[in-house]
Amino acid sequence: MKKYLAKRLVMMFFLLLGMTFIVFASLYFAPGDPAEIAAGPSATVEEVELMRQYLGLDRPFLVQYGTYLWNLAHGDLGTSLITRQPILEELAVRLPNTLNLATAAMLMACIIGIPLGIIAAIYKDSWIDNLLTTLSLGGISIPNFWLGSILIIYFCVQLGWFPTGGMDSFFWTAKGFRQAFLPALSLGMQVASSFTRIGRSSMLDVLQSDYIRTARSKGLSGGKIVWLHALRNALIPIVTQMGTSFGGLLGGSIVTEQVFAVNGIGTYLINAINQRNYYAVQSTVLVIAFLFVVVNLIVDLLYVVIDPRIKYE
Amino acid sequence: MKRESPIRTAFQKLFRNKLATICFFILIAEFILIIFADKFAACDPNENNVAIRLLPGFWDSANPKYDPAHWLGTDELGRDVWSRLLHGGQVSLTVGFTATFIGLVFGTFFGLLAGYYKKLDNIIMRFMDILFTFPGVLLALLIVAMLGVSVRNATIAISIWAIPSFARMIRGRVLQIKQEEYITAIRSLGAKDHWIILKHILVNALPTIIVIATMRIAGSILSIATLSYLGVGVPVPQAEWGGMISSAKTQMYKAPSLIIIPGIAIIITVICFNILGDKLRDILDPNLKD
Repeated sequence: MKKYLAKRLVMMFFLLLGMTFIVFASLYFAPGDPAEIAAGPSATVEEVELMRQYLGLDRPFLVQYGTYLWNLAHGDLGTSLITRQPILEELAVRLPNTLNLATAAMLMACIIGIPLGIIAAIYKDSWIDNLLTTLSLGGISIPNFWLGSILIIYFCVQLGWFPTGGMDSFFWTAKGFRQAFLPALSLGMQVASSFTRIGRSSMLDVLQSDYIRTARSKGLSGGKIVWLHALRNALIPIVTQMGTSFGGLLGGSIVTEQVFAVNGIGTYLINAINQRNYYAVQSTVLVIAFLFVVVNLIVDLLYVVIDPRIKYE
Repeated sequence: MKRESPIRTAFQKLFRNKLATICFFILIAEFILIIFADKFAACDPNENNVAIRLLPGFWDSANPKYDPAHWLGTDELGRDVWSRLLHGGQVSLTVGFTATFIGLVFGTFFGLLAGYYKKLDNIIMRFMDILFTFPGVLLALLIVAMLGVSVRNATIAISIWAIPSFARMIRGRVLQIKQEEYITAIRSLGAKDHWIILKHILVNALPTIIVIATMRIAGSILSIATLSYLGVGVPVPQAEWGGMISSAKTQMYKAPSLIIIPGIAIIITVICFNILGDKLRDILDPNLKD
């Protein structure tokens, strides 16, 4: 286990390094000029040139990349070209909202998706199964920004059950729950659908295995077999999917935040793109990708807990 | 002797499935409407006319403001919704197909190389792993942010985003095919690598490629809609389904149909491609996972 962990950490290091390179190179080779943005619209050519020297943009590529990595290693994500504030601080304020939303969406996806997958597997080939399979295909085809808008129109405006937007409390508080319910539902729908599909097929695999047949021949009831014996093994492929899905939720929250006016890092990223605040774009992308890699590592390590058969050598 | 093409057999099987057949014909009808948008929608999709802004559609035909010339109503600038829907579809479908095609070509190229040459495998797949660390629309957003907002850049962004998943799935398939005895046999007969790759491996991987391409078109259409919704896809005022929803945000309470209609267009298109992909997978490549 220790050896595996060490190997994964080394791999993660190289992934992160590659990631920083792509993010850095994408800006370096892009047509846009950060010095122009930083100097402001009324700056003269000389002023832009001075700003370029000040930002170190006149130095060779590798030197710039080296400085960039050095700063990153010291927790310096750069300074916003627009507000002149450290980007790390600007992100730190908004990150809790994004994580709150993504986690709530993941919970929503589990609560809706997994039971439906199991039900579809138990009633294989019946109308319930057909209905759920078709619905899950529909679920992955609906754009989450559209679903969010529709939910707002009906549940917030016409029925007035939920606030139309904003988020300032965690979803486990009463206020936060009302704020997060619809965003989490619209963001989590695609993941819920994929959990239903994966849960169904893995439950079917497990129900056909030898040990379930043995349990059945011992005279155990159907419900006991499903919930006590089959479920734990059927959940493994879903847990595998959770890491990737969480990344999808972080990516998707960029969109959902726009719909529900959540002040998270997604909103920050979109504003940064529109203001051509290049450094802020770089850092936000990096932070989201970093979170994704870390969550994937945690999920991989979780396998050992739910499936003792897996041993990392 | 005439050899039965596996792909043709697959399509024959596909048409035995009712749902898949319905989806196929819905898409054909949609393509016709969209390709000949000028014929089916008389109004200019970008012509503003404040005098007729926010006209109701056919569902509210009792309303004295209803005008059959704008049967889906008009938007906040008085533009005809039906016309914008069809012309917007042109953009969505063009970007969807183009981006998928570009992603497919590069993804297949890298997937074939990585699967066939062990030496290249590690380098190519580690690079793909790095691209995979940018979840969802993030990679596309990064690219658009750096290149600037335009249809072309959005297409590039969505293609690059599609490459790693194509490469990964095709590599997996190539690894399977490489194990087959006939490949060893052909190789021992002295066939050149590029011949084996093109003539035998690529041809045998074709079913997999068709399945993932079909599903990916759905994904690409969703992506361009998402980018446009975020304001970094198709620049305004050009019509695009995601962009239509985005610009209708301000009218959400007064005219929800402006949001509902383009959304339904996206969902119908994406669902049809997904169902076709799903059924094709069952027929062509049952072992392929989502």
